[in-house]
Amino acid sequence: MDATTVLLVDDEKEFVDTLAERIGIRSLCPQVAYSGEQALEMISDTVPDVMVLDLKMPGMGGADVLARVKAAYPDVSIIILTGHGDKKDQVLVEGMGASGYFQKPVDIDLLVAKIRVLG
Amino acid sequence: MSVVDKLKPAFLEHPGTGEVRYKHTFNYRKIWQMVILLTAAVTLIPLIIITSIDYNVTQQSIESEISLRARRTASNTKRAISFFVSERRAALDFIVHDNGLKALTGNERLSTILKNLQAGFGGFVDIGVINDRGIQTAYSGTYNLGGQDYSDQAWFTKVVERGVYISEVFLGFRNKPHLVIAVKSRLDQGAFYVLRATIDTDQFNEILSSLELNGKGDAFLINRNRVIQTPSRHHGDVLSTVDIPVPEYSDRTRVKEYQSPDYEQFVVGYAYIPDTDFILMIVKQKAALMKSWYATRSNLIGFLLLSITVILGVIVFVTTYLVNQMYFSDRKRAKAMHRIEYDNKLATVGRLAAGVAHEINNPLAIINEKAGLIKDIFVFREKYSADDKLMGLVDSVISSVARCGTITKRLLNFARHMDESFQTVEIGTVIREVLGFLGKEAEYRSIDISVDVPETFPTIECDRGKLQQVLLNIVNNAFFAIESEGALSIQVKQRDDKYLTVTISDTGCGIPEKELELIFEPFFTKKSDHGGTGLGLSITYQLVEEAGGCIKVQSEVGVGTSFIVNLPFKPKKRKEAKTCESF
Repeated sequence: MDATTVLLVDDEKEFVDTLAERIGIRSLCPQVAYSGEQALEMISDTVPDVMVLDLKMPGMGGADVLARVKAAYPDVSIIILTGHGDKKDQVLVEGMGASGYFQKPVDIDLLVAKIRVLG
Repeated sequence: MSVVDKLKPAFLEHPGTGEVRYKHTFNYRKIWQMVILLTAAVTLIPLIIITSIDYNVTQQSIESEISLRARRTASNTKRAISFFVSERRAALDFIVHDNGLKALTGNERLSTILKNLQAGFGGFVDIGVINDRGIQTAYSGTYNLGGQDYSDQAWFTKVVERGVYISEVFLGFRNKPHLVIAVKSRLDQGAFYVLRATIDTDQFNEILSSLELNGKGDAFLINRNRVIQTPSRHHGDVLSTVDIPVPEYSDRTRVKEYQSPDYEQFVVGYAYIPDTDFILMIVKQKAALMKSWYATRSNLIGFLLLSITVILGVIVFVTTYLVNQMYFSDRKRAKAMHRIEYDNKLATVGRLAAGVAHEINNPLAIINEKAGLIKDIFVFREKYSADDKLMGLVDSVISSVARCGTITKRLLNFARHMDESFQTVEIGTVIREVLGFLGKEAEYRSIDISVDVPETFPTIECDRGKLQQVLLNIVNNAFFAIESEGALSIQVKQRDDKYLTVTISDTGCGIPEKELELIFEPFFTKKSDHGGTGLGLSITYQLVEEAGGCIKVQSEVGVGTSFIVNLPFKPKKRKEAKTCESF
């Protein structure tokens, strides 16, 4: 079986690059998008197994991306990883079909465990 | 509590301005006094003035009425008496002119005249003719007085001087009061004779006694030596001395007031009867005359006093009621203001905290990932994994980031208004869960924890998470206060059928009195060196208030602190929740 492909979407380059590297070290196949629009572009090219999505981004927001991806590719599992969210947001995104919800800063082992379960 | 205390309005106990927590702008006691004084002044002063004016006017009019009436009576009576006297004098004049000396000295004629006089006028006792040497030359009457010599008598001298003489009343030979009228008639060459008649005073008395006088009135004549001439009812017998001084001379009728030595007041109407020594006295007792006035006066004063009492009563009652209402509504307003202020403060703090937490979270996440990557590289490359020092440094960075993360999460929680989710919970279970988090620490610091929950305590309906947070915050603070070796006790009691009370007491350092007011304020902390945000108790306060409960604190420095949390068994809306003062 191929390594699980994970699409990381976040406008904080430093953060998302480092996270990608760490996930790569843990034998997953990370891809990185720096905006919602870029993520949608990439997904039309290659459909990932799991998507890790920030909620608050310039341009298209995480919730928007979540709605579109879920509509077009219902099989993609989506994990929300945000620095701004609260319980209300969690309830909201889970209602929209998100499979997981984490707040920054996140424990890498918890996140990877979740990705493995979903992948 | 005595009846007085119950009736005492609440604002009277109030110190006025200057309370720390609820600022009042009014001094109720002063307002109350001012309103009562002003209202009483503007209502009572005109009332009293009008009453006193009415009092004076009525008194004066009654007094002048009395005086007027006394003068009128005196004036009428004076006329009657003058007329009586001058009538008899005129009769004698007529006799003198009609008969002449010759006819009169005939005895027959004089006795006929006496008979006619007695028939026509009545009261004539005798009549005599006296020549210019004072010898009575003719006489008719009951006594044989012919030849009597009057030349050395005072009345004879007077009648010679004046032509007419009317005597004072005197007791004659018959011991009966009578008076004498004498007229002089001139003859040729300076000679003269005198016609003298004696009249008894019965008719005279009748004029006076027939007067109807009110006010224990008395009408009588006196002479200028205060000797009573006609019978009086209250002021002495005939020919005794009257107890009233002789009034000063006046040719008109006058009225004068007189006070007797035993303080009895009299109204005296008097008149000097012309051509005689008589003074007519109409004497009335003032007290008897004023009787009707006294009745009116006591009615007037009674009505005034009653009105004043009623007006004052109403003013005091209404003012007290209104000021009390004002006091209560002002207090309510101050409390509401305080609550709004507090809520606003919390909201502002919440927004600030959330903003800060959000902004810090992103760089924190980057630090977390970078440090994590360093660690990953160490672990996976195996080059440095044996280097304990490097691994320790990285772990320390990661754990510091985790600590920052906890703080930002707590700040975010503060700003958060999660949807309420009510569950049925057992308070005992929740307390045990909360203590579960801290059990290790308690053991470690040898804190003795005792929990007292009645075995069959009713379940309560509330947000479990919030209840946990409330208890956790308080217990956390207690642990901080205790430092080491102390006791913490949690006691749950049913307050009434709607509320329960949780008392959390510690034997810690206590809170100084001036800080007690501040401990629920946001950012007030004594743990700033230990990562305290100053929000724990503020959040606790907010949560308890939201649940419709109330939190209070009692503390003594060096002895310990008790937090008393009153919570409803069923969630309450804010409006119906009791205020803390009612606990």
